[in-house]
This record gives sequence, C-alpha cells and structure tokens, in this order.
Amino acid sequence: MFELLGITPQGLVAQLLVGLINGSFYAMLSLGLAIIFGLLNIINFSHGAQYMLGAFAAWIGATQLGAWIGNPEFSIGYWPALVLSPLLIGASGIVIERTMLRRLYHLDPLYGLLLTFGLALVIEGMFRHWYGISGENYEVPESLTGAFRLEGIGLALPKYRLWVVAASLAVCFASWVFIERTKLGAYLRAGTENPALLQAFGVNVPLLITAAYGYGVALAAFAGVLAAPIFQVSPLMGSNLIIVVFAVVVIGGMGSIMGSIVTGIGLGLIEGLTKVFYAQASDVVVFVIMAIVLLLRPAGLFGRET
Amino acid sequence: MKKKLVSAMIMAAFAAGAFEAAAQSGKISDDVVRIGVLTDLSSIYSDLSGPGSVLAGKMALEDFAKDAKVLGKKVEILSADTQNKPDIAANRAREWYDKDHVDAIADLPATNVALAVMEVAEQKNRITLVSTAASLPITNAKCTATNVHWMYDTHALSVGTAKAVVKSGKKNWFFITADYAFGHALERDASAVVTENGGTVVGSVRHPFPGSDFSSFLLKAQASKADVIALSNAGNDTINSVKQAAEFGIMGSKQTIVPLLMFISDIHSMGLKTAQGMLLTEGFYWNQNERSRAWSQRFFLRHKKMPTMVQAGVYSAVLNYLKAIKAAGTDEPGAVMKQLKSMTIDDAVIQKGKIREDGRLVHDMLLLEVKKPQDSKSPWDYYNIKAVIPGDQAFQPLSKSTCKLVKK
Repeated sequence: MFELLGITPQGLVAQLLVGLINGSFYAMLSLGLAIIFGLLNIINFSHGAQYMLGAFAAWIGATQLGAWIGNPEFSIGYWPALVLSPLLIGASGIVIERTMLRRLYHLDPLYGLLLTFGLALVIEGMFRHWYGISGENYEVPESLTGAFRLEGIGLALPKYRLWVVAASLAVCFASWVFIERTKLGAYLRAGTENPALLQAFGVNVPLLITAAYGYGVALAAFAGVLAAPIFQVSPLMGSNLIIVVFAVVVIGGMGSIMGSIVTGIGLGLIEGLTKVFYAQASDVVVFVIMAIVLLLRPAGLFGRET
Repeated sequence: MKKKLVSAMIMAAFAAGAFEAAAQSGKISDDVVRIGVLTDLSSIYSDLSGPGSVLAGKMALEDFAKDAKVLGKKVEILSADTQNKPDIAANRAREWYDKDHVDAIADLPATNVALAVMEVAEQKNRITLVSTAASLPITNAKCTATNVHWMYDTHALSVGTAKAVVKSGKKNWFFITADYAFGHALERDASAVVTENGGTVVGSVRHPFPGSDFSSFLLKAQASKADVIALSNAGNDTINSVKQAAEFGIMGSKQTIVPLLMFISDIHSMGLKTAQGMLLTEGFYWNQNERSRAWSQRFFLRHKKMPTMVQAGVYSAVLNYLKAIKAAGTDEPGAVMKQLKSMTIDDAVIQKGKIREDGRLVHDMLLLEVKKPQDSKSPWDYYNIKAVIPGDQAFQPLSKSTCKLVKK
C-alpha cells in the first residue's frame, strides 16, 4: 500500500516526526493566544510579532549586546536567553496591557484586535527597517548540535528538534496543570466567567489579567527563542506563522486551553501528512479543516456553546 | 539684387530658427528626463533590491553627469514600492508615465510585477529596464519592443550552475520548487539543462510560497537518493532550506544542495559556515575586477552593504539609458531603444555587453563557489570565481526564441 502512495513506512514515520515538531510550535503559540483570549477577551494579533521579538532578543543578546555596552566579549548564550528573553518580552507585554489594552476592555473585542494588529505592523516595520528582511542567523547551541541516527527509518533526527518538542510539550503541560489544577488557576478561570463576582471576593482581578497577558506574551517569546536556531531570525517570521496559529485556536475552540494544545499538535501532524501526499495543499489544509469545523461545531472542537 | 539677397537671408534666418525650435522640442519630452526605480521597498525582496536599487540608480545619475543633466535638461530619479503586487505596480507605472512624465522604469522585482509593468509600458510606448525579475519569458514569449532585461534570467542561472554540476558527475536531480511562476520557470529551465547534459530528474516537490519549514521536503529529497537536491526558490525560502538541510545532516553528505538562485545578500545573512562549498551563478560579483571593486566600495560606503547583482544591474541600466539619450540626441523611446541595441555596454558592472533584438542584454556570467570561513579574508569576501560563462553560452540562443521581435 505504501508503495502505491509513493512513500515507504519509514519515510512516513520520519514525516510524522517532523509534523510533530511543527505541531508543538503551533501548540505553544496557540496556548498563549487561548489564555489571552480566555481572560482578556482580546484577540492578540501582535502574538506573531512578540514571537519574532523573542527570537530577536535572543539574537541581539548573543551577537549585538556586547558591542552596544562597549564590551565585545560579552554575549548571552542560548540557555540564559531561553529564560531572559521571555521575561523581557513578557514585561513589555505587561506595559502594553497596562497602558493600552486596559482602555479597551469595555469596548467590542474588535478594538483590541485592531490595536494589536497595528502594534504588530509597527513592531515588524521597525525591525525590518533596522535589520532588513532576510534576517539573521542564530546558531544551534553547542550541546544540541548533531543528530541522532535512527537507522530503522533512515533518518538523522537533529537533537535540537527533539529538544524543541520536549521543551514545548513540557511548557504546555505545566501551563495546563497550573490553570486547571491550582488555586491561582482557579481564580483565573473564575475571572473569565465573572470578574465582578470574583472581585467582590477580594481577588485583585486587574492584576490577574495583567499577569495573564504577560504570561501569554512570554510563551510567544519562549517559542521565538526555540525557533531562532531552526528558522532564519527575520522580522516577518511571526506573520508567516500567526495566521495558521489563529486557525488552530479557532479549530480548538476560542479560549480553550486543552483545545489549543491538542489541536496544535494534531494539525502539525495533518499538515506534515499533506506535505507528503500533496505538498501544494499544505498551507491550505489547516483552513479547510477550520471551515469544516466551523460548519459542524461553530464553537470549535473543545469550545463550549454559549 | 541687393533687396533679393537681404530677403533671402532673412528667410534663411527664419527657416534656421524654425528648424532649431523644431529640433529643440523633439529632443527631450516635457523638458525633463525622469527615471522611476520601481522596486520592493518593504517585502521579501527588499534586501536584495529595494533601497539598494534606488541608491544604485542615483549613483548612476551622479556618475553620468555631475550637474544631473542630459542634453541640457534635468534628470530625476524617482522611487516607489511595488509591495510585490502586480496590480499596484501597474497602477503606479500608469500614473508615472501619464502624469509624472516618467520616461523609463527600472528594477522591477518579481516576474509577475515585471510583466504587468512591461505591458503598461508597451501600450504607452515607454521604456522598462528589468533587473531583478528573472524569468525567461520576459525576453521570450512575453517580450516587448521597449524593454531591456539587464542582469540575468532563469536560463542563464540554469546553464551556469546545473551544467557545471552535471558535468562533475552528479547526474540524478531532485527539485524543491517554490509553487509560483518563477519557481516553475526555473525548474523547467534547469531540468532541460540537466537532461541535455545527460542527467535525469528523479523527482520534485512544490512547496507553498513563502514557506518556513522545509524539513518535510528535504526528507523527501533525501529519501529519493538523488545526487543533487536543487533549490528552485529564492530569498528567505532558499536561506531556510539551506539552513535546515545543514540541520538534518544533508549538507556535507553525499547529496549536494544546489541553490539555483542565490544573492550575495542571502550568503551574508546565512553565514559562510552554513553556505560554504555551494555552487551558484551570478551576473556580477563586487570583487570580480578593479572597476567593480572601486564602484562597489563607493556603494558600500553609502549603503553599508555590498551591492547584489541586481542592484548593480540597476546602476548599469540607468547609466546606459542616459548614455543612449545623449548619443541619440533625444529621449524618444524608439530612438533610445535603437541606440541601446546598437551600442556596447561597458561600465563598472557589465563588460562587453550587447543588447539583442529581443531585449536581452547578453554578457558574461560567473560560476561561483562559496568560500570556507577560514578562506574569507575580509568582510563580504564570499566567493571563488570558478568559471566565466561566455554570454553566448549563458543565454538562450535567438534560434530558440519565441519572442515576436525576433525575425527568423
């Protein structure tokens, strides 16, 4: 049967592994979007730009910062960047929430979408102006270079890609546990349902919302640092990805944490399979699925009808 | 008798004056020569053309005449963004030609943009000087009488790289192709060269444009066991393909990655460590000779980057367009085209170039090899010149042309 399809079983397994890697990126990005939408009711269109900022922060730390502070020897390696970049970009997200998004909560969600979309254009425009469109090269960290040879399926699986899958699944799982199984997570969920009532119980809801936006943005930046060694670090790297991630969120159900993780990985796999059998359709397949899901289950696979 | 002589002299003076006036008005239309650099200022081709192309156009004018004048009339360089959209580019071209007295449009990145603007120019009898767009049809099936294709095309790229690689004994080819007009044209031209030289094409895959993750296509290419994985794409797609090929251990394996179109700006942004050893074809390299070095250093001082071949192409195109106006004594498009096609193109960028009747500028192309990091002596020292491909071998011969201007 496999011969009929023009691929060996080994080849198929290899392709599925690659699909899983892309899926874990989708999962992590859509998770951040889902958290932000669930709590703030904001469709965060600057998510792609914040993912790009994460990658650029890592690259700047590694190659530019030393010269800026007059000490060319100084550079921030991959591992510190994996922590520092999300913290920095998350903090910038908090500033955006406090100074801009906050003013829009009483308005239609469309205003938030427009604001964040505008922000994304400005941020991407600035980086395009400073660094050009072709982007910059970020090296794979020394300890993760090379590949595991999987003789059975004839594939050299880069160690770095395995690390990406492991790291993003761990972060997704930890976020899910935090939101669904801890007390603070319960506050977050309650804040989504009825912020006024929660505030009446003495919980600082505005602070909760700020923290949630900061966390969502930090997730995007974390994904950006993970992506930096794989993709060219370029100003438009996020805008290429963000549309697919939005489709993932819609398919999973707006605001559903579990939905975004499962759909992200699932769609990565489906996209991977499409690349094997009819590559030309691989950028459309996600949207075809989105259309079907919206027709059959308008609230998404994991969403609740309201 | 005396009276007759006087009246004859007066008449002659009038006639001469009238002639003079007639000649004046025929010289330069609207008393100004405007050249529009229509390029990609914001999107995927803005590093390889974009602001660098605009600068190249301005430098050409400065080098042509210090007072920025031709035949005593002012010359101006305008610029605008195509946003990579043919409709926007065509509208801008129409506005420039109709309202702003633009005489020629230069650069034109992306095939579909170039073809759209060429059509407008043909209708309005104005000139286009294509430099960045690469597809063969620009001077073949879709050629126009008022166009010159300056630097390179998909045929020349294929002849340069594909022929050299097949001749080196790597005969089985697999294509990773960007799924749009340019990618298809490049794959078609390269496949023809491969089979003509005794190689075979064992498979191909078409990826959506633009892409970011190419690992799936690379794995397919790897599984095909082809000797050569040819990248029939451009810009960031090529950079990411090469980068990920290195990651999956294909670079440095028995399989060879061959980028069919790559610019020095791409090499610069991916770094020599990743790019080393690859073969590619270009029409210009800043370090190719004394004149190119001198010009490129001046360009570098102002742009902070060395020129790509297409930016250099804009320089040469604008410079020679102005030279042609001067030689023809007018900016009338028919006369200028005739002059361009009769003169030899010789400047810091192009040496001994000739423009054929189909609008193809024929000149020597370079087969280049990317240097190893340890062999690169200075910034932007990226290539070894492996071979010079004579123009008459690099470009499609007129005997195979389907251009309507070629008389057979």
